[in-house]
Amino acid sequence: MKANAKIFPRELEDEAIYIMREAAAQFERPAILFSGGKDSITLVRLAQKAFYPGKVPFPLVHVDTGHNFPETITFRDWLVETSGLDLIVANVQDDINAKRVTEEKGKYASRNTLQTVTLLRVIEENKFDACLGGARRDEEKARAKERIFSVRDEFGQWDAKNQRPELFDYLNGRIKPGENVRVFPISNWTELDVWNYIREEELAIPSIYFSHEREIVVRDGVLWPVSDFIYRDAHEQIIKQKVRFRTVGDMSCTAAVASDADSIDIIIDEILGATLSERGTRLDDKRAEAAMEMRKVSGYF
Amino acid sequence: MEVLRIATAGSVDDGKSTLIGRLLYETNSITTDKLEAIQKASQRKGIDFLDLSLLTDGLIAEREQGITIDVAHIYFSTNKRKFIIADSPGHVEYTRNMITGASKADVSIILVDVRNGILDQTHRHYFIANLLRIPNVIVCINKMDLAGYDETRFNSLRNEFLTFASKLKFAEQEIQFVPVSSLHGENITKQSSKMSWYKGQPLLEILEGMEVHKQLHKAPASFPVQYIIRPRNDEFHDFRGYAGRVVSGSFSVGDSITVLPSSQKSSITNIHQYDQQLPQADARQSVVITLKDNIDISRGDFLVKTSEEPELKKELESDLCWMNAEPLVGGKTYLLQHGTSQTKVKITSIDYVQIPSTLEKVSAAELKMNDIASIKMKTAKPLAIDRYAENPSDGAFILVDEYSNNTVAVGFVK
Repeated sequence: MKANAKIFPRELEDEAIYIMREAAAQFERPAILFSGGKDSITLVRLAQKAFYPGKVPFPLVHVDTGHNFPETITFRDWLVETSGLDLIVANVQDDINAKRVTEEKGKYASRNTLQTVTLLRVIEENKFDACLGGARRDEEKARAKERIFSVRDEFGQWDAKNQRPELFDYLNGRIKPGENVRVFPISNWTELDVWNYIREEELAIPSIYFSHEREIVVRDGVLWPVSDFIYRDAHEQIIKQKVRFRTVGDMSCTAAVASDADSIDIIIDEILGATLSERGTRLDDKRAEAAMEMRKVSGYF
Repeated sequence: MEVLRIATAGSVDDGKSTLIGRLLYETNSITTDKLEAIQKASQRKGIDFLDLSLLTDGLIAEREQGITIDVAHIYFSTNKRKFIIADSPGHVEYTRNMITGASKADVSIILVDVRNGILDQTHRHYFIANLLRIPNVIVCINKMDLAGYDETRFNSLRNEFLTFASKLKFAEQEIQFVPVSSLHGENITKQSSKMSWYKGQPLLEILEGMEVHKQLHKAPASFPVQYIIRPRNDEFHDFRGYAGRVVSGSFSVGDSITVLPSSQKSSITNIHQYDQQLPQADARQSVVITLKDNIDISRGDFLVKTSEEPELKKELESDLCWMNAEPLVGGKTYLLQHGTSQTKVKITSIDYVQIPSTLEKVSAAELKMNDIASIKMKTAKPLAIDRYAENPSDGAFILVDEYSNNTVAVGFVK
């Protein structure tokens, strides 16, 4: 079992607020990438704190694959309604209809890789020069090398070997026309830091993070949520089980974990004792050893 | 709960990855699926032990070439603290990464292979720890198992290191030595029974107990203004707040302050942290400050205590590490960023380049990537910048190339 005092280190909040204010000051049109997951919910709270009593100077941008958990969409709309933030939704379906991308077929088909095209489109259409994302360095080994201000070229590409050095707290957001920057205020947080923060700040989160009974299919040892969006072999049996989700992604690539955790305290205990890492439930990362790096190179956040 | 930032640097063979892997392993920070992935990858590479370096080498090119290219960030925690390791590659050509990784560190861990002793690389690591004035240095004499856990060998390496260090060391810096075996977990998280002659603490205990940000709180108060908050709504109609992060010292409500570089004076009416009011803001806290008088303040200005007003400088002497493949060009202007302020700057002379491993000073007409030099420069705007030795959190700056927009250098004011 991991050791953790279950106390959120406040220094991380001060750092994240500093980064948010730098983003607001250094860029003309920054936006928050909002997935409805716990990391982007954390970003929203940090933005509210950073600019209080002023208005949050970023709209929320949701790249909607059309394969979201309905609970996530309900939550998203509730948050927008109660926070007074602006929401821009970019639909992957529009890019499929316009034939800019082709839907994958087969047993493991997912719209996850398609969302990069939609993300780049919404950046271009709205002339965003910075997008704040909830990515963390502890999630995945390519992300461990990511900068806080990550410069992307016109095609959204990440050049890992040619990144600007980041010294002390200095953030250099100078870019050329057409380039944009991905900003990661919670780079130095771990999954547990996020959960401890959510608990201490009493933040609301989508219901699928908590244990609930759901129809699933067990394939390759992984619990897939049954939906209209996943392919199912005739012999694969639907079973009902108490599960929850550790990350909120596309329904076609986010696996469930068996769990009875119905409160944040129990979720934290479960993570402390967990044998599976957070992104271990993300089938998009399992496609290849360097799946995340390859997606980042092509413009994913 | 406090965060301790650790800088580690070293090459593949001195056991650095094994040391980090051991810290993660013994604090149960590696999940089973990650361990299994490492096991599989180790087998594919044809080795029969856990190659813990696979935890930190994240990029395709790094794994292909078996080298580390960039600073990796590694996280773990115990009941006492959260730890952030910035792990940099140790090759000569990666001085820039080492400085980047170490720039925020509270402690630098330097690894010495007991068989190879003190190398050029050890000197370079210590030189950088010292240039950055990292308050704590821990020298881990590693692979003690291969030297029969010999106390005499440990002591002679300790003395050799201290002889070199005495030429550079600043008074407040603390250097500790720990004999370890990362492979066997001796003196990493638990006291080793093989080296009963060692009376100090194991590595993790030192890291857990170390005092952090000691210097920050003693230094003069400085607050670079990041952003002006003007809600202009009914509830906060006349609210005008200055958002920023205290870089050093502390501010209290009622303090008389001076705005630099304009030298206007006022006093603090409130310190806001979200919807709370604080009596005092300490170093590293992000707050919003409101002032008694309605004066002209914008991003890039500094608030300081009137009683601690620094002298404004337009001519600076500084240590500089060049970090770009394009060499420094004499006579060209660069943008200097200090706090949230930017000003044009011209390098007027390169006094010498210092070789970290030998401390030799040589003259140079230009600065190449990874050069560490002593330079003089002139700025367009006066700067409220401290000497790095007196206030590390306010005495450093970066240089940005106006044309490429790259961060090309970091400097430390002398």
